[in-house]
Amino acid sequence: MNIRKSVVRLINTFYLFLRKYKSGDDLFSKRVDSFFIETYSIHKFIARFFKELFQKPSEFREIIRQCYEVGFKSIPLITLTGFVIGIVFTKQSRPPLVEFGAASWLPSLIGIAFVRALGPLVTALIAAGKVGSNIGAELGSMKVTEQIDAMDVSAVNPFKFLVVTRVVATTVMIPVLTLYCTFVGLLGSYLNVHQNELTSFVTFIESAFAQVSFLDVSSAVVKSVIYGFTIGIVGCYRGFNASHGTQGVGKAANRAVVFSMFLIFAEEMIVVQITNWIASF
Amino acid sequence: MKNENQPGIKEEIVISIRGLYKSFGESQVLKGIDLDVFKGENFVVLGRSGSGKSVLIKIIAGLLKPDQGIVNVIGLKVDKLNQKELQGLRLKMGFIFQSSALYDSMTIRENLEFSMIRNFKHLSSTEINTAVEEVLDAVGLKEKINQMPSDLSGGQIKRIGIARTLILRPEIMLYDEPTAGLDPITCTEINELINEVQSRYNTSSIIITHDLTCAKETGHRIAMLQDGNFFRLGTFEEVFDTDDIRMKSFFDYNFIR
Ligand SMILES: Nc1ncnc2c1ncn2[C@@H]1O[C@H](COP(=O)(O)OP(=O)(O)O)[C@@H](O)[C@H]1O
Ligand SMILES: [Mg+2]
Repeated sequence: MNIRKSVVRLINTFYLFLRKYKSGDDLFSKRVDSFFIETYSIHKFIARFFKELFQKPSEFREIIRQCYEVGFKSIPLITLTGFVIGIVFTKQSRPPLVEFGAASWLPSLIGIAFVRALGPLVTALIAAGKVGSNIGAELGSMKVTEQIDAMDVSAVNPFKFLVVTRVVATTVMIPVLTLYCTFVGLLGSYLNVHQNELTSFVTFIESAFAQVSFLDVSSAVVKSVIYGFTIGIVGCYRGFNASHGTQGVGKAANRAVVFSMFLIFAEEMIVVQITNWIASF
Repeated sequence: MKNENQPGIKEEIVISIRGLYKSFGESQVLKGIDLDVFKGENFVVLGRSGSGKSVLIKIIAGLLKPDQGIVNVIGLKVDKLNQKELQGLRLKMGFIFQSSALYDSMTIRENLEFSMIRNFKHLSSTEINTAVEEVLDAVGLKEKINQMPSDLSGGQIKRIGIARTLILRPEIMLYDEPTAGLDPITCTEINELINEVQSRYNTSSIIITHDLTCAKETGHRIAMLQDGNFFRLGTFEEVFDTDDIRMKSFFDYNFIR
Protein backbone atom coordinates (compact mmCIF):
# COMPACT_ATOMS: atom_id res chain seq x y z
CA MET A 1 0.00 0.00 0.00
CA ASN A 2 2.83 2.37 0.88
CA ILE A 3 4.47 1.74 -2.46
CA ARG A 4 1.21 2.54 -4.22
CA LYS A 5 0.82 5.73 -2.26
CA SER A 6 4.29 6.95 -3.08
CA VAL A 7 3.81 6.12 -6.75
CA VAL A 8 0.59 8.12 -6.79
CA ARG A 9 2.34 10.99 -5.02
CA LEU A 10 5.20 10.87 -7.51
CA ILE A 11 2.82 10.97 -10.46
CA ASN A 12 0.85 13.81 -8.91
CA THR A 13 4.03 15.80 -8.35
CA PHE A 14 5.03 15.15 -11.94
CA TYR A 15 1.73 16.46 -13.29
CA LEU A 16 1.80 19.46 -10.99
CA PHE A 17 5.34 20.21 -12.10
CA LEU A 18 4.37 20.03 -15.76
CA ARG A 19 1.39 22.24 -15.20
CA LYS A 20 3.43 24.78 -13.33
CA TYR A 21 6.23 24.65 -15.87
CA LYS A 22 3.98 25.74 -18.65
CA SER A 23 1.44 28.23 -17.49
CA GLY A 24 -0.10 30.51 -20.03
CA ASP A 25 -3.39 31.53 -21.50
CA ASP A 26 -2.72 30.95 -25.17
CA LEU A 27 -4.53 28.24 -27.08
CA PHE A 28 -1.50 25.98 -27.25
CA SER A 29 -0.99 26.05 -23.50
CA LYS A 30 -4.66 25.27 -22.98
CA ARG A 31 -4.41 22.30 -25.31
CA VAL A 32 -1.35 20.99 -23.49
CA ASP A 33 -3.07 21.64 -20.21
CA SER A 34 -6.21 19.75 -21.16
CA PHE A 35 -4.08 16.93 -22.55
CA PHE A 36 -2.42 16.42 -19.18
CA ILE A 37 -5.64 16.78 -17.27
CA GLU A 38 -7.27 14.24 -19.55
CA THR A 39 -4.37 11.79 -19.30
CA TYR A 40 -4.52 12.13 -15.56
CA SER A 41 -8.27 11.61 -15.33
CA ILE A 42 -8.25 8.62 -17.68
CA HIS A 43 -5.63 7.00 -15.46
CA LYS A 44 -7.75 7.73 -12.43
CA PHE A 45 -10.69 6.17 -14.25
CA ILE A 46 -8.68 3.00 -14.92
CA ALA A 47 -7.45 2.88 -11.33
CA ARG A 48 -11.03 3.18 -10.13
CA PHE A 49 -12.00 0.28 -12.37
CA PHE A 50 -9.46 -2.01 -10.74
CA LYS A 51 -10.36 -0.77 -7.28
CA GLU A 52 -14.05 -1.52 -7.76
CA LEU A 53 -13.64 -4.67 -9.83
CA PHE A 54 -13.80 -7.03 -6.86
CA GLN A 55 -16.02 -4.94 -4.61
CA LYS A 56 -19.53 -6.00 -3.71
CA PRO A 57 -22.09 -6.26 -5.22
CA SER A 58 -20.71 -8.43 -8.03
CA GLU A 59 -23.46 -7.40 -10.51
CA PHE A 60 -22.98 -10.82 -12.09
CA ARG A 61 -26.31 -10.78 -13.91
CA GLU A 62 -25.57 -7.43 -15.47
CA ILE A 63 -22.14 -8.68 -16.59
CA ILE A 64 -23.80 -11.63 -18.32
CA ARG A 65 -26.30 -9.31 -19.96
CA GLN A 66 -23.49 -7.05 -21.18
CA CYS A 67 -21.56 -10.07 -22.49
CA TYR A 68 -24.63 -10.93 -24.52
CA GLU A 69 -24.91 -7.35 -25.76
CA VAL A 70 -21.23 -7.16 -26.68
CA GLY A 71 -20.67 -10.70 -27.92
CA PHE A 72 -23.82 -12.12 -29.36
CA LYS A 73 -24.99 -8.94 -31.04
CA SER A 74 -21.66 -8.47 -32.80
CA ILE A 75 -21.74 -11.93 -34.38
CA PRO A 76 -23.48 -11.00 -37.67
CA LEU A 77 -21.06 -8.18 -38.42
CA ILE A 78 -17.98 -10.20 -37.43
CA THR A 79 -19.18 -13.16 -39.51
CA LEU A 80 -19.63 -11.04 -42.59
CA THR A 81 -16.35 -9.18 -42.24
CA GLY A 82 -14.25 -12.21 -41.29
CA PHE A 83 -15.69 -14.32 -44.08
CA VAL A 84 -15.26 -11.68 -46.77
CA ILE A 85 -11.73 -10.85 -45.67
CA GLY A 86 -10.90 -14.59 -45.70
CA ILE A 87 -12.06 -14.98 -49.29
CA VAL A 88 -10.60 -11.72 -50.59
CA PHE A 89 -7.26 -12.15 -48.86
CA THR A 90 -6.87 -15.66 -50.27
CA LYS A 91 -7.92 -14.60 -53.74
CA GLN A 92 -5.43 -11.72 -53.76
CA SER A 93 -2.56 -13.74 -52.33
CA ARG A 94 -2.90 -16.59 -54.80
CA PRO A 95 -1.42 -15.09 -58.02
CA PRO A 96 1.97 -14.05 -56.56
CA LEU A 97 2.35 -17.40 -54.80
CA VAL A 98 1.38 -19.30 -57.96
CA GLU A 99 3.97 -17.27 -59.84
CA PHE A 100 6.67 -18.63 -57.54
CA GLY A 101 5.17 -22.11 -57.67
CA ALA A 102 4.31 -21.91 -54.00
CA ALA A 103 0.52 -22.20 -54.11
CA SER A 104 0.69 -25.03 -51.58
CA TRP A 105 1.95 -22.52 -49.03
CA LEU A 106 -1.28 -20.56 -49.25
CA PRO A 107 -2.99 -22.18 -46.22
CA SER A 108 0.06 -21.50 -44.03
CA LEU A 109 0.17 -17.91 -45.13
CA ILE A 110 -3.53 -17.46 -44.42
CA GLY A 111 -3.18 -19.16 -41.04
CA ILE A 112 -0.32 -16.95 -39.94
CA ALA A 113 -1.96 -13.81 -41.26
CA PHE A 114 -5.22 -14.49 -39.45
CA VAL A 115 -3.79 -15.61 -36.14
CA ARG A 116 -1.07 -12.98 -35.91
CA ALA A 117 -2.77 -9.93 -37.33
CA LEU A 118 -6.08 -10.08 -39.15
CA GLY A 119 -8.20 -11.86 -36.55
CA PRO A 120 -7.39 -9.67 -33.53
CA LEU A 121 -7.16 -6.43 -35.49
CA VAL A 122 -10.30 -6.82 -37.59
CA THR A 123 -12.34 -7.93 -34.60
CA ALA A 124 -11.06 -5.07 -32.46
CA LEU A 125 -11.70 -2.43 -35.11
CA ILE A 126 -15.19 -3.71 -35.85
CA ALA A 127 -15.96 -3.86 -32.13
CA ALA A 128 -14.52 -0.39 -31.56
CA GLY A 129 -16.94 0.89 -34.17
CA LYS A 130 -19.96 -1.07 -33.07
CA VAL A 131 -19.55 -1.74 -29.35
CA GLY A 132 -17.43 1.29 -28.46
CA SER A 133 -19.81 3.80 -30.01
CA ASN A 134 -22.74 1.99 -28.46
CA ILE A 135 -21.26 2.21 -24.97
CA GLY A 136 -20.23 5.83 -25.47
CA ALA A 137 -23.70 6.84 -26.65
CA GLU A 138 -25.56 4.82 -24.04
CA LEU A 139 -23.59 6.07 -21.04
CA GLY A 140 -23.39 9.54 -22.57
CA SER A 141 -27.14 9.84 -22.79
CA MET A 142 -27.51 8.46 -19.28
CA LYS A 143 -25.07 11.08 -18.11
CA VAL A 144 -26.71 14.08 -19.76
CA THR A 145 -30.22 13.01 -18.72
CA GLU A 146 -28.96 12.70 -15.11
CA GLN A 147 -29.66 8.97 -14.89
CA ILE A 148 -26.15 8.41 -13.58
CA ASP A 149 -26.70 11.02 -10.87
CA ALA A 150 -30.03 9.35 -10.13
CA MET A 151 -28.25 6.06 -9.42
CA ASP A 152 -25.80 7.89 -7.22
CA VAL A 153 -28.47 9.54 -5.08
CA SER A 154 -30.38 6.29 -4.73
CA ALA A 155 -27.30 4.78 -3.07
CA VAL A 156 -26.26 2.56 -5.98
CA ASN A 157 -22.73 2.91 -7.25
CA PRO A 158 -23.14 3.79 -10.95
CA PHE A 159 -19.49 3.10 -11.72
CA LYS A 160 -19.82 -0.48 -10.58
CA PHE A 161 -23.14 -1.06 -12.31
CA LEU A 162 -22.39 0.70 -15.58
CA VAL A 163 -18.63 0.83 -16.10
CA VAL A 164 -17.20 -2.27 -14.42
CA THR A 165 -19.79 -4.57 -15.99
CA ARG A 166 -19.22 -3.22 -19.49
CA VAL A 167 -15.43 -3.26 -19.30
CA VAL A 168 -15.45 -6.82 -17.97
CA ALA A 169 -17.81 -7.81 -20.79
CA THR A 170 -15.66 -6.34 -23.55
CA THR A 171 -12.45 -7.72 -22.03
CA VAL A 172 -13.95 -11.22 -21.97
CA MET A 173 -15.89 -11.12 -25.21
CA ILE A 174 -13.40 -9.53 -27.64
CA PRO A 175 -11.00 -12.53 -27.33
CA VAL A 176 -13.94 -14.87 -27.92
CA LEU A 177 -15.03 -12.85 -30.94
CA THR A 178 -11.43 -12.87 -32.18
CA LEU A 179 -11.36 -16.65 -32.04
CA TYR A 180 -14.65 -16.75 -33.90
CA CYS A 181 -13.48 -14.23 -36.49
CA THR A 182 -10.33 -16.25 -37.15
CA PHE A 183 -12.40 -19.39 -37.60
CA VAL A 184 -14.84 -17.73 -39.99
CA GLY A 185 -11.97 -16.14 -41.91
CA LEU A 186 -10.29 -19.51 -42.38
CA LEU A 187 -13.60 -20.94 -43.50
CA GLY A 188 -13.93 -18.25 -46.17
CA SER A 189 -10.38 -18.87 -47.20
CA TYR A 190 -10.99 -22.62 -47.40
CA LEU A 191 -13.85 -22.08 -49.86
CA ASN A 192 -11.45 -20.39 -52.20
CA VAL A 193 -8.69 -22.94 -51.68
CA HIS A 194 -11.11 -25.81 -52.13
CA GLN A 195 -12.36 -24.34 -55.38
CA ASN A 196 -8.83 -24.35 -56.77
CA GLU A 197 -7.06 -27.28 -55.15
CA LEU A 198 -9.74 -29.65 -53.87
CA THR A 199 -8.02 -29.87 -50.49
CA SER A 200 -10.02 -31.42 -47.68
CA PHE A 201 -10.96 -29.18 -44.78
CA VAL A 202 -8.85 -31.13 -42.29
CA THR A 203 -5.76 -30.93 -44.48
CA PHE A 204 -6.36 -27.23 -44.98
CA ILE A 205 -6.62 -26.55 -41.24
CA GLU A 206 -3.59 -28.71 -40.55
CA SER A 207 -1.43 -26.81 -42.97
CA ALA A 208 -2.91 -23.48 -41.89
CA PHE A 209 -1.73 -24.09 -38.33
CA ALA A 210 1.50 -25.84 -39.25
CA GLN A 211 3.51 -22.64 -39.04
CA VAL A 212 1.56 -21.05 -36.18
CA SER A 213 3.61 -21.13 -32.98
CA PHE A 214 2.52 -21.07 -29.38
CA LEU A 215 3.94 -17.56 -29.15
CA ASP A 216 1.68 -16.44 -32.01
CA VAL A 217 -1.40 -17.75 -30.29
CA SER A 218 -0.54 -16.34 -26.88
CA SER A 219 0.33 -12.96 -28.30
CA ALA A 220 -3.01 -12.97 -30.15
CA VAL A 221 -4.83 -13.74 -26.90
CA VAL A 222 -2.96 -11.05 -24.98
CA LYS A 223 -3.59 -8.57 -27.77
CA SER A 224 -7.31 -9.18 -27.94
CA VAL A 225 -7.65 -8.94 -24.16
CA ILE A 226 -5.90 -5.57 -24.30
CA TYR A 227 -8.09 -4.43 -27.20
CA GLY A 228 -11.24 -5.49 -25.38
CA PHE A 229 -10.20 -3.63 -22.26
CA THR A 230 -9.35 -0.55 -24.33
CA ILE A 231 -12.68 -0.53 -26.13
CA GLY A 232 -14.61 -0.87 -22.87
CA ILE A 233 -12.62 1.68 -20.88
CA VAL A 234 -12.54 4.32 -23.60
CA GLY A 235 -16.25 3.96 -24.39
CA CYS A 236 -17.19 4.17 -20.72
CA TYR A 237 -14.81 7.05 -20.03
CA ARG A 238 -16.20 9.08 -22.89
CA GLY A 239 -19.79 8.33 -21.96
CA PHE A 240 -19.29 8.89 -18.25
CA ASN A 241 -17.74 12.29 -18.93
CA ALA A 242 -20.16 13.45 -21.60
CA SER A 243 -21.52 16.95 -21.22
CA HIS A 244 -23.46 19.67 -23.00
CA GLY A 245 -26.76 17.98 -23.67
CA THR A 246 -27.66 15.84 -26.64
CA GLN A 247 -24.77 17.18 -28.67
CA GLY A 248 -22.43 15.74 -26.09
CA VAL A 249 -23.88 12.25 -26.61
CA GLY A 250 -22.92 12.16 -30.27
CA LYS A 251 -19.53 13.57 -29.41
CA ALA A 252 -18.98 10.93 -26.73
CA ALA A 253 -19.83 8.12 -29.16
CA ASN A 254 -17.66 9.55 -31.89
CA ARG A 255 -14.67 10.18 -29.63
CA ALA A 256 -14.99 6.71 -28.14
CA VAL A 257 -14.54 5.18 -31.60
CA VAL A 258 -11.75 7.45 -32.79
CA PHE A 259 -9.75 7.27 -29.60
CA SER A 260 -10.04 3.52 -29.11
CA MET A 261 -9.08 2.85 -32.75
CA PHE A 262 -6.05 5.07 -32.29
CA LEU A 263 -5.09 3.21 -29.13
CA ILE A 264 -5.64 -0.18 -30.78
CA PHE A 265 -3.15 0.66 -33.52
CA ALA A 266 -0.66 1.96 -30.99
CA GLU A 267 -1.04 -1.17 -28.87
CA GLU A 268 -0.69 -3.37 -31.97
CA MET A 269 2.66 -1.76 -32.71
CA ILE A 270 3.86 -2.27 -29.16
CA VAL A 271 2.72 -5.89 -28.88
CA VAL A 272 4.25 -6.77 -32.25
CA GLN A 273 7.58 -5.29 -31.15
CA ILE A 274 7.50 -7.23 -27.90
CA THR A 275 6.50 -10.48 -29.63
CA ASN A 276 9.28 -10.14 -32.17
CA TRP A 277 11.73 -9.42 -29.40
CA ILE A 278 10.67 -12.54 -27.52
CA ALA A 279 10.74 -14.60 -30.74
CA SER A 280 14.31 -13.53 -31.41
CA PHE A 281 15.62 -15.65 -28.52
CA MET B 1 -54.26 19.55 1.08
CA LYS B 2 -51.37 21.14 2.86
CA ASN B 3 -51.23 20.28 6.51
CA GLU B 4 -51.83 23.77 7.93
CA ASN B 5 -50.53 23.32 11.45
CA GLN B 6 -47.20 22.04 10.18
CA PRO B 7 -44.34 22.15 10.98
CA GLY B 8 -45.20 20.47 14.21
CA ILE B 9 -41.93 20.10 16.07
CA LYS B 10 -40.14 23.31 15.24
CA GLU B 11 -37.11 22.47 17.31
CA GLU B 12 -35.87 19.52 15.31
CA ILE B 13 -33.70 20.62 12.41
CA VAL B 14 -33.06 18.04 9.66
CA ILE B 15 -31.07 20.12 7.20
CA SER B 16 -28.80 22.87 8.36
CA ILE B 17 -26.57 24.94 6.11
CA ARG B 18 -24.16 27.66 7.19
CA GLY B 19 -22.10 29.97 5.01
CA LEU B 20 -22.35 27.89 1.84
CA TYR B 21 -20.27 29.09 -1.11
CA LYS B 22 -20.04 27.51 -4.54
CA SER B 23 -18.60 28.77 -7.78
CA PHE B 24 -17.90 27.30 -11.20
CA GLY B 25 -14.75 28.79 -12.63
CA GLU B 26 -15.23 32.55 -12.58
CA SER B 27 -18.94 32.62 -11.80
CA GLN B 28 -19.97 32.60 -8.17
CA VAL B 29 -23.31 30.82 -7.90
CA LEU B 30 -23.91 30.58 -4.15
CA LYS B 31 -22.55 33.24 -1.84
CA GLY B 32 -22.95 32.40 1.80
CA ILE B 33 -26.29 30.59 2.08
CA ASP B 34 -27.71 29.95 5.56
CA LEU B 35 -30.66 27.59 5.79
CA ASP B 36 -32.53 25.47 8.32
CA VAL B 37 -35.21 22.96 7.39
CA PHE B 38 -37.36 21.66 10.24
CA LYS B 39 -38.70 18.17 10.55
CA GLY B 40 -41.95 17.66 8.71
CA GLU B 41 -41.89 20.93 6.82
CA ASN B 42 -42.03 21.77 3.14
CA PHE B 43 -39.42 24.39 2.46
CA VAL B 44 -39.76 26.09 -0.91
CA VAL B 45 -36.86 27.76 -2.67
CA LEU B 46 -37.97 30.19 -5.34
CA GLY B 47 -35.73 31.78 -7.88
CA ARG B 48 -35.34 32.49 -11.55
CA SER B 49 -33.59 29.95 -13.69
CA GLY B 50 -29.83 30.04 -13.42
CA SER B 51 -29.96 31.39 -9.88
CA GLY B 52 -28.35 28.24 -8.48
CA LYS B 53 -31.36 26.38 -7.09
CA SER B 54 -30.35 23.05 -8.55
CA VAL B 55 -26.78 23.56 -7.43
CA LEU B 56 -28.04 24.09 -3.88
CA ILE B 57 -29.92 20.80 -3.63
CA LYS B 58 -27.24 18.90 -5.51
CA ILE B 59 -24.84 20.01 -2.79
CA ILE B 60 -27.29 18.80 -0.15
CA ALA B 61 -27.49 15.41 -1.89
CA GLY B 62 -23.70 15.24 -2.15
CA LEU B 63 -23.64 15.35 -5.95
CA LEU B 64 -21.59 18.54 -5.88
CA LYS B 65 -18.98 19.58 -3.34
CA PRO B 66 -19.28 22.97 -1.64
CA ASP B 67 -16.31 25.33 -1.88
CA GLN B 68 -16.89 26.54 1.64
CA GLY B 69 -19.44 26.17 4.41
CA ILE B 70 -21.16 23.53 6.49
CA VAL B 71 -23.87 21.29 5.06
CA ASN B 72 -25.45 19.19 7.76
CA VAL B 73 -28.15 16.62 6.94
CA ILE B 74 -29.68 14.59 9.78
CA GLY B 75 -26.61 15.38 11.84
CA LEU B 76 -24.07 14.33 9.19
CA LYS B 77 -21.70 16.63 7.32
CA VAL B 78 -22.44 15.65 3.72
CA ASP B 79 -19.13 16.69 2.18
CA LYS B 80 -17.04 14.93 4.85
CA LEU B 81 -18.56 11.45 4.46
CA ASN B 82 -16.85 8.51 2.81
CA GLN B 83 -18.56 6.56 0.04
CA LYS B 84 -20.25 4.12 2.39
CA GLU B 85 -21.53 6.70 4.86
CA LEU B 86 -22.78 8.83 1.98
CA GLN B 87 -24.70 5.88 0.55
CA GLY B 88 -26.27 5.30 3.95
CA LEU B 89 -27.36 8.91 4.13
CA ARG B 90 -28.68 8.84 0.59
CA LEU B 91 -31.03 6.01 1.46
CA LYS B 92 -32.73 8.52 3.74
CA MET B 93 -32.90 11.16 1.04
CA GLY B 94 -35.12 11.17 -2.01
CA PHE B 95 -34.03 13.30 -4.95
CA ILE B 96 -36.54 14.07 -7.67
CA PHE B 97 -34.73 15.37 -10.73
CA GLN B 98 -36.15 18.08 -12.91
CA SER B 99 -36.22 15.61 -15.80
CA SER B 100 -37.19 12.77 -13.40
CA ALA B 101 -34.19 10.84 -14.80
CA LEU B 102 -36.00 7.51 -15.03
CA TYR B 103 -33.73 4.70 -16.30
CA ASP B 104 -35.04 4.53 -19.82
CA SER B 105 -33.69 1.07 -20.58
CA MET B 106 -35.70 -0.44 -17.70
CA THR B 107 -39.38 -1.03 -17.08
CA ILE B 108 -41.21 0.89 -14.39
CA ARG B 109 -40.93 -2.09 -12.05
CA GLU B 110 -37.18 -2.34 -12.61
CA ASN B 111 -36.86 1.41 -12.08
CA LEU B 112 -38.58 1.16 -8.73
CA GLU B 113 -36.79 -1.91 -7.41
CA PHE B 114 -33.35 -0.97 -8.75
CA SER B 115 -31.97 0.56 -5.57
CA MET B 116 -34.00 -1.65 -3.27
CA ILE B 117 -32.66 -5.01 -4.44
CA ARG B 118 -29.12 -3.69 -4.13
CA ASN B 119 -29.42 -2.01 -0.77
CA PHE B 120 -31.81 -4.31 1.10
CA LYS B 121 -30.46 -7.73 0.26
CA HIS B 122 -32.38 -9.46 3.03
CA LEU B 123 -35.73 -8.69 1.40
CA SER B 124 -37.45 -11.50 -0.47
CA SER B 125 -38.84 -10.93 -3.94
CA THR B 126 -42.39 -10.97 -2.63
CA GLU B 127 -41.54 -8.24 -0.14
CA ILE B 128 -40.00 -6.16 -2.88
CA ASN B 129 -43.03 -6.77 -5.06
CA THR B 130 -45.33 -5.60 -2.31
CA ALA B 131 -43.24 -2.47 -1.81
CA VAL B 132 -43.32 -1.71 -5.54
CA GLU B 133 -47.08 -2.12 -5.70
CA GLU B 134 -47.58 -0.03 -2.62
CA VAL B 135 -45.68 3.00 -3.91
CA LEU B 136 -47.25 2.68 -7.33
CA ASP B 137 -50.58 2.74 -5.56
CA ALA B 138 -49.51 5.80 -3.60
CA VAL B 139 -48.86 7.72 -6.82
CA GLY B 140 -51.88 6.20 -8.53
CA LEU B 141 -50.16 4.39 -11.40
CA LYS B 142 -50.53 0.73 -10.54
CA GLU B 143 -51.40 -0.33 -14.07
CA LYS B 144 -48.15 1.03 -15.57
CA ILE B 145 -45.91 -1.44 -13.77
CA ASN B 146 -44.63 -3.28 -16.83
CA GLN B 147 -44.39 -0.35 -19.22
CA MET B 148 -41.30 1.54 -20.28
CA PRO B 149 -40.73 5.16 -19.22
CA SER B 150 -41.06 6.27 -22.84
CA ASP B 151 -44.68 5.10 -22.81
CA LEU B 152 -45.67 7.55 -20.07
CA SER B 153 -46.82 11.16 -20.15
CA GLY B 154 -44.93 14.00 -18.47
CA GLY B 155 -47.07 13.97 -15.36
CA GLN B 156 -46.88 10.19 -15.05
CA ILE B 157 -43.10 10.29 -15.38
CA LYS B 158 -42.98 12.80 -12.51
CA ARG B 159 -45.13 10.47 -10.40
CA ILE B 160 -42.91 7.49 -11.10
CA GLY B 161 -39.88 9.62 -10.24
CA ILE B 162 -41.50 10.38 -6.89
CA ALA B 163 -42.46 6.73 -6.38
CA ARG B 164 -38.90 5.62 -7.10
CA THR B 165 -37.64 7.65 -4.16
CA LEU B 166 -40.59 6.84 -1.88
CA ILE B 167 -39.92 3.12 -2.05
CA LEU B 168 -36.79 3.66 0.06
CA ARG B 169 -38.88 5.42 2.74
CA PRO B 170 -36.82 8.61 2.82
CA GLU B 171 -36.94 11.12 5.66
CA ILE B 172 -36.07 13.96 3.33
CA MET B 173 -37.39 14.74 -0.13
CA LEU B 174 -35.58 17.09 -2.49
CA TYR B 175 -37.75 18.17 -5.42
CA ASP B 176 -36.09 19.94 -8.33
CA GLU B 177 -38.80 21.89 -10.16
CA PRO B 178 -41.49 19.23 -9.77
CA THR B 179 -44.04 21.13 -11.86
CA ALA B 180 -41.81 22.55 -14.58
CA GLY B 181 -43.10 21.83 -18.06
CA LEU B 182 -46.44 20.41 -16.94
CA ASP B 183 -49.92 21.70 -17.77
CA PRO B 184 -51.81 23.54 -14.97
CA ILE B 185 -54.09 20.62 -14.11
CA THR B 186 -51.20 18.16 -13.84
CA CYS B 187 -49.35 20.79 -11.79
CA THR B 188 -52.19 20.83 -9.30
CA GLU B 189 -52.14 17.04 -9.12
CA ILE B 190 -48.39 16.99 -8.48
CA ASN B 191 -48.77 19.67 -5.80
CA GLU B 192 -51.40 17.55 -4.10
CA LEU B 193 -49.17 14.51 -4.36
CA ILE B 194 -46.29 16.41 -2.72
CA ASN B 195 -48.55 17.33 0.20
CA GLU B 196 -49.90 13.81 0.40
CA VAL B 197 -46.39 12.37 0.53
CA GLN B 198 -45.47 14.85 3.24
CA SER B 199 -48.36 13.91 5.50
CA ARG B 200 -48.41 10.19 4.71
CA TYR B 201 -44.70 9.49 5.02
CA ASN B 202 -43.92 12.40 7.37
CA THR B 203 -41.07 13.65 5.22
CA SER B 204 -39.26 16.96 5.35
CA SER B 205 -38.86 18.48 1.92
CA ILE B 206 -37.03 21.11 -0.02
CA ILE B 207 -39.01 22.08 -3.08
CA ILE B 208 -37.23 24.03 -5.77
CA THR B 209 -39.49 25.91 -8.11
CA HIS B 210 -40.18 29.09 -10.03
CA ASP B 211 -43.89 28.32 -10.05
CA LEU B 212 -45.75 30.45 -7.50
CA THR B 213 -48.82 28.24 -7.44
CA CYS B 214 -46.66 25.30 -6.49
CA ALA B 215 -44.93 27.40 -3.84
CA LYS B 216 -48.23 28.58 -2.41
CA GLU B 217 -49.87 25.16 -2.43
CA THR B 218 -47.02 23.17 -0.96
CA GLY B 219 -44.73 25.46 1.02
CA HIS B 220 -44.85 26.03 4.74
CA ARG B 221 -41.97 28.43 4.41
CA ILE B 222 -40.59 30.05 1.31
CA ALA B 223 -37.22 31.54 0.51
CA MET B 224 -36.34 33.63 -2.48
CA LEU B 225 -32.90 32.94 -3.97
CA GLN B 226 -31.23 35.66 -5.95
CA ASP B 227 -27.62 36.62 -6.61
CA GLY B 228 -26.41 33.68 -4.59
CA ASN B 229 -28.32 34.43 -1.44
CA PHE B 230 -31.78 34.28 0.14
CA PHE B 231 -33.18 37.78 0.31
CA ARG B 232 -36.61 37.00 1.71
CA LEU B 233 -37.71 34.13 3.90
CA GLY B 234 -41.01 33.36 5.59
CA THR B 235 -44.51 32.13 4.82
CA PHE B 236 -45.94 32.81 1.38
CA GLU B 237 -47.84 35.87 2.61
CA GLU B 238 -44.84 37.27 4.45
CA VAL B 239 -42.57 36.86 1.48
CA PHE B 240 -44.88 38.49 -1.00
CA ASP B 241 -46.28 41.24 1.21
CA THR B 242 -43.74 43.76 0.04
CA ASP B 243 -43.10 46.47 -2.50
CA ASP B 244 -39.70 45.08 -3.36
CA ILE B 245 -39.42 45.33 -7.11
CA ARG B 246 -37.64 41.95 -7.34
CA MET B 247 -40.60 40.19 -5.74
CA LYS B 248 -43.11 42.16 -7.76
CA SER B 249 -41.57 41.26 -11.08
CA PHE B 250 -41.39 37.60 -10.08
CA PHE B 251 -45.05 37.70 -9.07
CA ASP B 252 -46.12 39.43 -12.28
CA TYR B 253 -44.14 37.01 -14.40
CA ASN B 254 -45.89 34.06 -12.80
CA PHE B 255 -49.42 35.31 -13.17
CA ILE B 256 -49.29 37.06 -16.50
CA ARG B 257 -47.75 34.22 -18.48
N1 LIG C 1 -21.75 21.27 -13.23
C1 LIG C 1 -21.69 22.58 -13.53
N2 LIG C 1 -20.58 23.07 -14.12
C2 LIG C 1 -20.50 24.38 -14.43
N3 LIG C 1 -21.46 25.28 -14.20
C3 LIG C 1 -22.60 24.85 -13.62
C4 LIG C 1 -22.77 23.48 -13.26
N4 LIG C 1 -23.98 23.33 -12.69
C5 LIG C 1 -24.53 24.57 -12.71
N5 LIG C 1 -23.72 25.48 -13.25
C6 LIG C 1 -23.99 26.91 -13.39
O1 LIG C 1 -24.55 27.37 -12.18
C7 LIG C 1 -25.59 28.28 -12.42
C8 LIG C 1 -26.83 27.85 -11.68
O2 LIG C 1 -27.32 26.66 -12.24
P1 LIG C 1 -28.60 25.91 -11.70
O3 LIG C 1 -28.44 25.67 -10.26
O4 LIG C 1 -28.80 24.72 -12.55
O5 LIG C 1 -29.77 26.95 -11.95
P2 LIG C 1 -31.30 26.79 -11.60
O6 LIG C 1 -31.57 27.76 -10.53
O7 LIG C 1 -32.04 27.13 -12.84
O8 LIG C 1 -31.53 25.36 -11.20
C9 LIG C 1 -25.78 28.34 -13.91
O9 LIG C 1 -25.21 29.55 -14.36
C10 LIG C 1 -25.02 27.17 -14.44
O10 LIG C 1 -24.43 27.50 -15.65
MG1 LIG D 1 -32.51 23.81 -12.14
